[in-house]
Amino acid sequence: MSTRFLSVSAALGLSLAATLAHAQAPTGKVTVVTSFSKDVTDPFKKAFEKAYPGTSLEVQNRNTNAGVKFIEETKGNNQSDLFWASAPDAFEVLKGKGLLQKYAPKATGIPEKVGSYPINDREGAYFGFAASGYGIMWNERYAKANKLPEPKDWADLTKPAFYDHVSIASPARSGTTHLTVETILQGEGWEKGWRTIKEMAGNFNQITERSFGVPDAVNSGQVGVGIVIDFFAFSAQAAGFPVKFAYPTVTTVVPANVGIIANAPNKAGAEAFVEFLLSTPGQEVLFDPGIRRLPVNPAVYAKAPAGYPNPFKDAQFQKMITFDVDKSEARTAVVDTLFDQLISFQLNDLKAVTKTLHEVEGALAKKDNPKARALVAEARDLIAAMPVSEAQASGAELRGAFTGGSQKGARQAEVEQQWAAFAKERYAGAKAKADEALKLAR
Amino acid sequence: MALALSRPVPRSHLSPGQLLVAGAIAAFLLLFLVVPVATVIYVAFTEKGTGAFTLVNFLDFARTDLFVRSFWNSVYVSGMSVVWASVFALPLAYLTTRFEFRGAALIQTLGFLPLIMPPFVGAVAMQLLFGRNGTVNLLLDDWFGVKVPFMDGLNGVIFVQSVHYFPFILINLSAALRNIDRSMEEAAQNLGSSGFRLFRRVVFPLALPGYLAGASLVFVKVFDDLATPLLLNVKDMLAPQAYLRVTSIGIADPMGYVIAVVLIVASILAMWASAAAMKGRDYATVQRGGGGLAKRRLKPWESALAYGIVGLILLLVLAPHIGLFLLSIATIWSFSPFPDAFTLAHYARVFGESSIYIKNTLIYATLAGLIDVVLGTAIAYLVLRTRLVGRHWLDWAATAALAIPGVVLGIGYLRTFYGVTLPGGTPLAALWIMVVLALAIRRLPYALRACYAALQQISVSLEEAAENLGATKTRTVRRVVVPLMTGGILAGFISSFSTAAVELSATLMLVQSNSDAPLAYGLYVFMQSPAGRGAGAALGIVAVLLVALSTFASHLVVERSQRAKGAAQ
Repeated sequence: MSTRFLSVSAALGLSLAATLAHAQAPTGKVTVVTSFSKDVTDPFKKAFEKAYPGTSLEVQNRNTNAGVKFIEETKGNNQSDLFWASAPDAFEVLKGKGLLQKYAPKATGIPEKVGSYPINDREGAYFGFAASGYGIMWNERYAKANKLPEPKDWADLTKPAFYDHVSIASPARSGTTHLTVETILQGEGWEKGWRTIKEMAGNFNQITERSFGVPDAVNSGQVGVGIVIDFFAFSAQAAGFPVKFAYPTVTTVVPANVGIIANAPNKAGAEAFVEFLLSTPGQEVLFDPGIRRLPVNPAVYAKAPAGYPNPFKDAQFQKMITFDVDKSEARTAVVDTLFDQLISFQLNDLKAVTKTLHEVEGALAKKDNPKARALVAEARDLIAAMPVSEAQASGAELRGAFTGGSQKGARQAEVEQQWAAFAKERYAGAKAKADEALKLAR
Repeated sequence: MALALSRPVPRSHLSPGQLLVAGAIAAFLLLFLVVPVATVIYVAFTEKGTGAFTLVNFLDFARTDLFVRSFWNSVYVSGMSVVWASVFALPLAYLTTRFEFRGAALIQTLGFLPLIMPPFVGAVAMQLLFGRNGTVNLLLDDWFGVKVPFMDGLNGVIFVQSVHYFPFILINLSAALRNIDRSMEEAAQNLGSSGFRLFRRVVFPLALPGYLAGASLVFVKVFDDLATPLLLNVKDMLAPQAYLRVTSIGIADPMGYVIAVVLIVASILAMWASAAAMKGRDYATVQRGGGGLAKRRLKPWESALAYGIVGLILLLVLAPHIGLFLLSIATIWSFSPFPDAFTLAHYARVFGESSIYIKNTLIYATLAGLIDVVLGTAIAYLVLRTRLVGRHWLDWAATAALAIPGVVLGIGYLRTFYGVTLPGGTPLAALWIMVVLALAIRRLPYALRACYAALQQISVSLEEAAENLGATKTRTVRRVVVPLMTGGILAGFISSFSTAAVELSATLMLVQSNSDAPLAYGLYVFMQSPAGRGAGAALGIVAVLLVALSTFASHLVVERSQRAKGAAQ
């Protein structure tokens, strides 16, 4: 069979399908598995059902991880039409397992990239419908009561003023935080990036298990500053909370996505929903005060409320870094586990040494002491030390340890214990040096 | 007033009816508990790469500092939670059951409320009141310039858990205390015992089955609970470690399941230990509370003291609900002792949607509760009154459900039942009845412990008497055993019903459509956004009220039946 024949028949099939789809308006129940809250899904449900009379959108709320597991476990008898969530890596997992149906959206006016991130999956398995950037959110009342300066960049969060005031979600649990960590690593380089992250981490008050745990804690004033995705802050502002938000210099905007699940029971309905999300009326729903995400169609911004960020125009988004998706994918599990083993589960030790270092530097600012300064530098190097090099992180050996049963090799638990022991030893060494420096500096 | 001095003597021959019941229960547990869970956790015993059977993963567990630390943290937190839960529960239970105490039913109901702490909102409310910038600390900071870290680290977990789970002790201990006939106390008083000695030497020992049933539940529940530590950002405990691993994307590591196995084994050990502690003693009395409870009158100053203590305890244990209520009528509550202003808008927002959630919750929780007490009574009877080989396995299997993370059960159900299609083409797992079964399995241990304790207090000689008078075994169970167990069965139903009403982790996996969703799911959906916090709290209050009203109604029924029993004498 020649390729020509194939392409002809494919084209015929396509046009036939198009005629059928045209003749048959989508109807019935469209089931979408989503991690988005009611504030986001309700306006879309209303607008979609109005645009396509005869359809009803059935929203199944599950957090991203549970949603992925659900689709995976039910694939033999799939009843869901769409998966709709933020983190692109969740879609990558689904795509890797062949659980997403390829599709070519007909909507026009959507550019190839937002910031420096491609909006749609290259292979057409999922499509960006809204952009979001990562940054720093803080509670104004808390900042005033604790005399915190306004944070502008990641480096600000390493300063003594922010000790015990910062919160982040664990990147292993929150796809959005994972991208934030990866952005810093790609922007500043592996070694320097981890150094920044660990210096920030020394100021953490808590590492939450859910993405929403961070904005929730900032909103209620339990912590002052959170590292979050922008719409958490914007929608909190819209709800009336006294919070502010800033994009740091090293960040990136990434799209939130939608994808059609393979063997969708209502394929026509699923396609209609994708088209609706990308259409002008669908994009405008994003301006809803409870949603507040950035449309991917630049033309839609004409109707945006005053002061709405525009990633296609605003200068701050133009200098954002390019994000290498392949690099990120190759080391996802390693980066997340490193974060947990070196930071999450060693947080008390890391905080203790950071606190002492802040004290030493406070003392040194008043009266310099070169010997103490050298000790501080040594302690900081010990903290920054990594058990794994950049090349190893995406190397085959470590990847094998994290892929479970497929091949023999190092077990994940063994590797983790090595890393934890590495960090524990270094932090203890750093603490000893910091204590010594404090004696000298006083 | 004869104490049955002989140990209960299980009859040696089995009736076919008993065998049938045992077989049915075993099949139920196998199908809806053992098989689904096994499909998920067998990974713990396989070798990486080959899939061959191995125990090396357990060796890894013992070699990893984090897991060892987590294990001991869990043991410590569970133990301390039992201590504090007992401190809260003992006065409430004793004062309301053994004394003339106005409002006893109300206090019992209020004291029960903490168990109904809807997911997410409970911890949010506690943070708003006791967190590092909660009401109490902001006021303390204002007035005295100090802050108390109530909610930090393991202490925070102990605090929240003992408030949350102490009703298990309260409800089981109260049921046991009600079952002690006044003749026991009168005998002791005639022999010269009184005051605290009377309580310590006579009343409390007779109620020990109830206390142990509650305390062991608290221990195991705290040991296996993952939601509270996670919401307080405490990760170095065992259950959160298992959960974090099982649900993280891309991690196909067996350690999560290894931890689940460790949790299951530890829970069964704890239950076994509490059973062993009771071994060789007999708590059964022939006289049932029928002689009327010895309810003593309190002197005025005693009464004032008692009300003071009860009031203080209630204020503390109801703090989450007070916080929740404030949150549900608050506009904005951020870094301030109290909300900025109040509104009813959140209730208006949930009003339209909540009726379907309420209906579903009532149906699911009632069915789950009924399944649980039927199974619980049957298992307790088989274990305590027959010599069936392997009868303890039924007990242990049912108890193991306590240690299984809801998400593991949820995934197991999807794996086992989603491939089974009904004639209409819908998968079996998509039916709402599966949610009910998952809830029933998860809450079965609560009802089982209550029924077990109730049966332990009944002397076997009552049944022997009935049988000597010509009653068949079935008739004896129906006319003698079950009526005498009523209090315990009801305690079991209430525990199962009310906790099933707010369960989320398995539900979140299994709910297939909004029209089949219970309250906890609706609440979860609201609580994921800043604007939904108040609405979620309002829905939480609706859930609490719903369960509280049901509980209050059942307390009234118990009181009435006891009064009727007393009057008949």
